[in-house]
Amino acid sequence: MSKTENNSNKKPISRRDFLTLVWKGLGVIALIEVVVIIGSYFFSNKKKEKNNSVRLFEAGTVNDFKNNTVSAFMGGHFYLVRLQDGGFMALSIRCTHLGCSISWEDAKNQFICPCHSSAFDIAGEVLNPPATKPLNYYPVLIEKGIVKVDISNLKDRNSVRKEQLIYA
Amino acid sequence: MLSFLLHFHPKKINPAALKFTRTFGLGGMAVLLFVLEALTGILLRFYYIPTTFEAYQSIVNLNSQVLFGQFIRNIHYWGSILLILTTFLHFLRVFFTSAYRDARAFNWIIGLLMLVTVFMFNFSGYLLPWDQLAYWAVTVVTNILLYIPWVGESFYELIIGGKELNSNTLHTFFAFHTALLPFVLLLLLFYHIWKVRKAGGIILEEQNQKSEKVDVMPHLVHKEGIVALVIVALLFVLALIFDAPLLEKANPTGSINPVKAPWYFAGLQELLLHFDPIFAAILIPMGILLFLVWIPYFNYDKEPTGKWFLSEKGKNTTLQTAIFSFILTILGILLSPGFVRFEKLLPGFPGYLSNGLIPITIMVGLVWLFFKYRLHSSKLLKEEKIQAIFVFILVAFVILTLTGIFFRGKNMELMMPWNI
Ligand code: HEM
Ligand code: FES
Repeated sequence: MSKTENNSNKKPISRRDFLTLVWKGLGVIALIEVVVIIGSYFFSNKKKEKNNSVRLFEAGTVNDFKNNTVSAFMGGHFYLVRLQDGGFMALSIRCTHLGCSISWEDAKNQFICPCHSSAFDIAGEVLNPPATKPLNYYPVLIEKGIVKVDISNLKDRNSVRKEQLIYA
Repeated sequence: MLSFLLHFHPKKINPAALKFTRTFGLGGMAVLLFVLEALTGILLRFYYIPTTFEAYQSIVNLNSQVLFGQFIRNIHYWGSILLILTTFLHFLRVFFTSAYRDARAFNWIIGLLMLVTVFMFNFSGYLLPWDQLAYWAVTVVTNILLYIPWVGESFYELIIGGKELNSNTLHTFFAFHTALLPFVLLLLLFYHIWKVRKAGGIILEEQNQKSEKVDVMPHLVHKEGIVALVIVALLFVLALIFDAPLLEKANPTGSINPVKAPWYFAGLQELLLHFDPIFAAILIPMGILLFLVWIPYFNYDKEPTGKWFLSEKGKNTTLQTAIFSFILTILGILLSPGFVRFEKLLPGFPGYLSNGLIPITIMVGLVWLFFKYRLHSSKLLKEEKIQAIFVFILVAFVILTLTGIFFRGKNMELMMPWNI
């Protein structure tokens, strides 16, 4: 047995080796096909969801919201806040630490997370860890005095900035 | 049937392998529990409906309307807990009898895969009742993924099928829990047991290796039967006394307080309270996993002895390291973040330094001093050093897990178990 193996090493290539090689090659191709098919099977669904159209949530008219107030819109999963200077921001209800839902505490003037007690100020800035990033937000549009929130487009941020506010 | 099952065993076996304290029968218990989980799982599937609208109600119905419904569910619940415990203890037994080298090296890797699969099993099942407990526990654990740099978000969205838990998530978890994972674990299990036999059976101490063999039937099989009966009895008692929990239906806008990860991830969650997430959620767990995978492939100094804890010296270092790790971990939990606030002490530093690299360097420094000057690590064998590192990690992990389960109450504040 070992003799023939030695021989085949020296000869260009034996018929058996050639066939084995072909089989192995076919096997690899089959494997790649399986991976591609399963892969596309899993990911095709994802793409369709990506190009979701904009979903607007009508919160109310500008005058419904006084300066320095927070209004909860649990159906849209956001808090609409109007800051001291009249700017609007729609904050996600999800804590940036590990995703629990925060609640607004009027007495403390803070958002508090029940899970590991992170706290955020009215603009979403972190007041108390373990959260490290400010609350995520949804873009706000004001059209003809109506405040609309684009709830299909959650945005994250590393700091709270003036540009994130929308004015009537 | 019996003779088919007997093929898992060789015909004859070394009497030293029969001693209960050699393996504590843990691998076999895990097999039994896996089978029981499969059986009760199949029963549960006849009533469970995997949609976000109906899942919760279907469990309520199971509990209240179906004869023995609650009982079957309880067995599945307690079985899953015992399966994790026995698998973990089995893993410790394999480690501490050094049964992970040479012919057994690859089986150690297979075993680790099985351990991960068992965790995934449990975690995917945790979501299925779709109650508040399930919803928020799975939320906090999956959110950890978001801290992985660059790929975290897409990975998270792939698993969740959206930005937050939804019907896609439930469906994916259901498919994993009841189709993919059972299949994978079964394949691994057959391979695992075949590998045990190929390595010549379980590891034995040298002086026992040559003794005369005895028949497996009845010597081993009868013992296994007794252990199996004890396990089944224990499971039934637990299932009769303690009901599996079920809170209100999941409410995506109202977290409960506190939200705890499933108990076997409580250690990970505890770590997250103390360190920056890059370390707590990614680097530390990955480092530990890598170390575990590497264990069979270090260049060891000696043949494995098959003795528990390697040697007398091994036993001694194990004990000292355990005590050291115990003290260090408890101090760490008590001091940070309550008393020592690195992010306040070092304002202006990014979190991964102030709450990550710096405290971890201090800890590693302490561990190094302990190894060098207390254990005199230069005089230890390679396997004794590896064992000491393993014990350090193990004890820290166990303490963190127990703290997370029993000593964290409202707002995840530290408190005594009876105040929670
Ligand atoms: C569902 C999980 C598991 C099941 C059902 C299982 C089952 C078994 C069984 C029945 C044995 C025979 C000896 C004994 O009972 O101790 C065994 C041995 C072994 N297991 Fe596992 N096991 C599991 C997980 C693991 C894990 C997590 C590891 C380690 C990472 C592991 C590594 C090993 C090794 C290396 C052996 C050979 C031990 C020796 O030769 O002494 N297994 N396993
Ligand atoms: S999820 Fe909000 S503090 Fe942890």
